[in-house]
Amino acid sequence: MTAAPVLALHGVSKRFGAVQALTDVDLEIRAGHVTALVGDNGAGKSTLIKTIAGVHPIDSGRITWKGQEVRIVKPHDAQELGIATVYQDLALCDNLDVVANLFLGRELRTAHILDQVAMEREARELLDTLSIRIPSVRIPVASLSGGQRQVVAIARALVGSPEVVILDEPTAALGVEQTAQVLDLVERLRDRGLGVVLISHNVADVRAVADDVAVLRLGRNNGVFRAAETSGEEIIAAITGATDNAVTRRSSRRERPRDAEPEQNTEPEQNTDAQGAEEEA
Amino acid sequence: MSDKLAPDPRLLVRERGLAGYVEDFRRRIAGGELGSIPVIIGMIIIAVVFEAQTGTFLSPRNLSNITVYIAGPGIMAVGIVLVLLLGEIDLSVGSMAGLSAAIWAVLSVSHGVNDLVAIGLAILAGAAVGTLHGFFFAKIGVPAFVVTLAGFLGWSGLQIWVMGDEGTINIPRDSLVRDFNNFYFSDIAAAYGLAAALSLGYLAALVFQERRRGAAGLPTRPLSEIILRVGLVAVAAFVTAYTLNQHRGLPLALVIFLAILLLADFMVRRTTYGRQIFAVGGNAEAARRAGINVERVRLTVFTIASALAALGGLFYAAQAGGASKSLGSGNLLMNVIAAAVIGGTSLFGGRGWVWSALLGTLVIQSITTGLNLMGMASEIQYMITGAVLLVAVVLDSVSRRTQRTAGRT
Repeated sequence: MTAAPVLALHGVSKRFGAVQALTDVDLEIRAGHVTALVGDNGAGKSTLIKTIAGVHPIDSGRITWKGQEVRIVKPHDAQELGIATVYQDLALCDNLDVVANLFLGRELRTAHILDQVAMEREARELLDTLSIRIPSVRIPVASLSGGQRQVVAIARALVGSPEVVILDEPTAALGVEQTAQVLDLVERLRDRGLGVVLISHNVADVRAVADDVAVLRLGRNNGVFRAAETSGEEIIAAITGATDNAVTRRSSRRERPRDAEPEQNTEPEQNTDAQGAEEEA
Repeated sequence: MSDKLAPDPRLLVRERGLAGYVEDFRRRIAGGELGSIPVIIGMIIIAVVFEAQTGTFLSPRNLSNITVYIAGPGIMAVGIVLVLLLGEIDLSVGSMAGLSAAIWAVLSVSHGVNDLVAIGLAILAGAAVGTLHGFFFAKIGVPAFVVTLAGFLGWSGLQIWVMGDEGTINIPRDSLVRDFNNFYFSDIAAAYGLAAALSLGYLAALVFQERRRGAAGLPTRPLSEIILRVGLVAVAAFVTAYTLNQHRGLPLALVIFLAILLLADFMVRRTTYGRQIFAVGGNAEAARRAGINVERVRLTVFTIASALAALGGLFYAAQAGGASKSLGSGNLLMNVIAAAVIGGTSLFGGRGWVWSALLGTLVIQSITTGLNLMGMASEIQYMITGAVLLVAVVLDSVSRRTQRTAGRT
């Protein structure tokens, strides 16, 4: 808890034309921690992780990596830092086999020639250490089931030995047992010392694996909770913006003005506090 | 998940031994992965029908001529295969071929520029044209179809302008380009040597690869499969060599075409760049998120395709005996695209292989040559080639749908 965050966002804002997708959002990600990012549809969860992953550069605010301020303007920047992202729509190439997908964009090679043997061996090792069972690593990804594709997508994020892994709704389309498998995998990632960001709609999943829960509402922070000390109802209240609960009453006392300067994060490093909850838009 | 305890029976890994290979083969066919089977069946039908009709179709002379004629369209088809792998199309290759021949002819014949320099400049012009197409497509975002359609018109206009007052420029006797059509390695050792080199090279590559896989503890192909594969290649190579030696020997055109095929195949299947082409063709957004420079891949593929079209155009001019204002304007473009598709490269991107350029041009050229032998008029040839193209595209679409229902894309 007290360790400095690997990745921190301070007062990040992002605008698409007339839509203010993110306003003054803060987020901290720590090594060996699962931080859940929750919120209703359109709360800005996907936009937020895309800013971290370099798909959409931020308009204003700061991103720090191990205390150093960094600029992430393209996917490659995020990869270089050690941020791996698993997208909701998977982003696998259906026509390529499992090995090719795992190593896409960072193929093992000598000069420019692919080292197929080394890639296949490492792919098998990686899938084994994660206890992922797949019929063959040489079949096109299109042949795999939804759960298998999801674990391949997650495994792919690990190939570059990242320090932060972002999972965008990894369990959204999965059945009960497949969901359990993916959540097991999330715990294995945390046990390996990775910082994990888990985006989810499912409060039960979040409470099952997350250490911290950061709530977004209408593109703004709406509190950060300790998963172990917070009930599902409190999280849902923060997601939906219901005001009649202890958390929002408490945070309203600390409420900042709506037009606070977004560049400075004056909050102390305690994310047990619900911070920066804003009034209803 | 059911495979937690036992692997899903529908997704079994190939069994060891020849039986497993046959089983795997049958499953692929059922799943719609037809590969080169329709082409091979088609070629057998073509050979039988034309031989029965003309009696000279399978003569060494005719078969040898076919191997020379396929070089020009075949080299162009290699470029089209790369573009199709991206899921795009290049409609300008016919005009580019004509433009390239015009540039070479005007420089070399009219202005006395060194032959090799003129050839180099023609190919460079192709690369420049391709880069321009790629720029408008990849950077500006204009659909490739429209960009190259504009190129199709524009470059044939430039071709006529370059030719100027000359209607046609014949190839001089001592020109290197004439050798693209006329030079044969007449020593019988050349053709047999190339056949042996190809077979042994393939064997060595397979054995080396399986050794490495074995050493890394990965599953390897059974020995029977290696023997079968190498055996098929060796039989095809030596039968071809024998036939060629019955006529005038090994044509230079075929050697250059094979070299380009081998290079392109290596690039597509064994290099990072080739992998990136497949990734962009399969899912461009996924490729972009994986950190692949999608724009650069697209731009360079169009550059390569036009450069190959320029080179192919020189072979085409060699067959026509010279450059002209209308060279490359007929059905060349359609034949080249049809060849790539008939050979088994999908129009929808991400699926295919370089050798489809060889298989497809063989089919198209066999039909053209056979119909010529029968004395069939060109209007009939157009209709038959059109029908074959339609059959190929239908097969592509149907196999794609079957593959989707069988869970393969």
